[in-house]
Amino acid sequence: MPVPGAMAVGSGPDAGRNQTHGGPDARHGTAGTNGKATVSSASQVAERDVPFQLRGNSFTMMVLKVFAPTSPNFFTQLNVKVRQAPNFFHNAPVVLDFDDLPESIVFDLGAFVAQVQALNLLPVGFQGGPQAVREAAMNVGLTPMPSGRAAKLEEVVKAPDPRQPDQQAPVAAPQVLIEVVHRPTVVVTEPVRSGMRVYAEKTDLIVTSSVSPGAELLADGNIHVYGALRGRALAGFSGDTNARIFCHSLEAEVLSVAGNYRISEDIGSDFYKKAVQVFLRDGVLSMDLLKTG
Amino acid sequence: MGEAPLSKIIVMTSGKGGVGKTTSSAAFATGLALRGFKTVVIDFDVGLRNLDLVMGCERRVVFDFINVINGEAKLNQALIKDKRIENLYILPTSQTRDKDALTREGVEKVLNELSKEFDYILCDSPAGIERGALMSLYFADHAIIVTNPEVSSVRDSDRILGVLNSRSRRAEQGLEPVTQQLLLTRYDPERVEKGEMLKVDDVLEILAIPLLGVIPESQAVLRASNVGMPVILDEVSNAGLAYSDAVGRFLGEDIEHRFVTPQKKGLFSRLLRRSA
Repeated sequence: MPVPGAMAVGSGPDAGRNQTHGGPDARHGTAGTNGKATVSSASQVAERDVPFQLRGNSFTMMVLKVFAPTSPNFFTQLNVKVRQAPNFFHNAPVVLDFDDLPESIVFDLGAFVAQVQALNLLPVGFQGGPQAVREAAMNVGLTPMPSGRAAKLEEVVKAPDPRQPDQQAPVAAPQVLIEVVHRPTVVVTEPVRSGMRVYAEKTDLIVTSSVSPGAELLADGNIHVYGALRGRALAGFSGDTNARIFCHSLEAEVLSVAGNYRISEDIGSDFYKKAVQVFLRDGVLSMDLLKTG
Repeated sequence: MGEAPLSKIIVMTSGKGGVGKTTSSAAFATGLALRGFKTVVIDFDVGLRNLDLVMGCERRVVFDFINVINGEAKLNQALIKDKRIENLYILPTSQTRDKDALTREGVEKVLNELSKEFDYILCDSPAGIERGALMSLYFADHAIIVTNPEVSSVRDSDRILGVLNSRSRRAEQGLEPVTQQLLLTRYDPERVEKGEMLKVDDVLEILAIPLLGVIPESQAVLRASNVGMPVILDEVSNAGLAYSDAVGRFLGEDIEHRFVTPQKKGLFSRLLRRSA
């Protein structure tokens, strides 16, 4: 039975440390007015017998995909990359992806890891790779991570031990493969005037006004024009065939996705001045009306 | 703002040639002076000067803008005081040299000196998007985009707007942007009705800047430049009246746009053969 008087003992800083039950009530020492979330000093003592807590958590980490670990330029080039955003990379945990290495590769993994560490990156694990590489990585103390895409939490959690129903089963940290540098979308809110050119490098481009004839929009990603598109729009500029172009009113001079283009004359009257999306279907530039409203 | 408080630099520009920049510069500068503001209008069309002709002072040009830039003359030796209007001055440009004679430091120096004694400085831009036009718009606080209601002019005006947004001093230094207003000139409501000319709304839809004024096509403009008198001084002409309205709107007055719809020519006016 909870002993309200005992709460005074627990209202110091110590009371807050026990978080399995009680929460703020335990800390502030309110006697359980609604009958829950108060902890008696007796049960608090019992909890402290288990000196740890197991719970699941997920962490996003950078993956360093290794193509040619013996290349003499490897670390010079990696250093250049790291120096582009020093704060971002400093002490960043990183998983080494060896999936692309050929079976026959031979290299000093210990020295390789040491060089990664010298750039203030912290290798914590590895993925894939030929057998010999994996063994070497284990020996060096790197954690084997599940290969490929992010593992779903449900797949990895083992059935809980029936003897300890409250205990959460240990969960391997699911990882997410992320691009080392994420560039924010380029957003333009003023009309894009004739002769102006906007290039959204490695990202999408959004224009919330109109685009004049003689203006040029270029994006490695998608292009969205929430207005009239009267100039040129070239999406997937660096070759991404999945890129699309969206606009409220199609009056473009030239449309292109990953180099596949169409000029104004060849845009049918079905699509002229309509809300349209433009994309590649089987390698051919295609258009669909956007359903609005 | 750090400069002399009241001094405002206005550029009259268009991109396209022959749309009415010089006519409008002359009329606008005169209009501001008539309202009591000490105004100077500068010709930036080096080598193809016209402002002095339209202002009627071509026989009084001794020193010019380029002389001042090159240190060959003082500013007050080059400035010409208008004979008709108090407060109005003209800084003509050279006819023998060309736009390469303009330098940014030189232009800046002249504008700074003019800022000290003038309320408004109007820069009459040449056509194009090269050196002369760029020099005339670089220091501007306000831009009046002179446009004819036809496709080429609208396209070029759009281009010059892009240039203003990226290559003016205010754009380069991230200051408050140059204010932009549209002056639609040589507007003929009857041709618009016939579908031969763009409507005001069509032009506004493409250029998307506020409308300062619509100046109707008028024979008075040619007559005025023939006699070297800014058309705003022709109180009978519709164009003159429209310029006067535009000046008022620039100064913040709320004036309805007139001469935008075809005028019904009644029997009486046809008898009198009223000229536009």
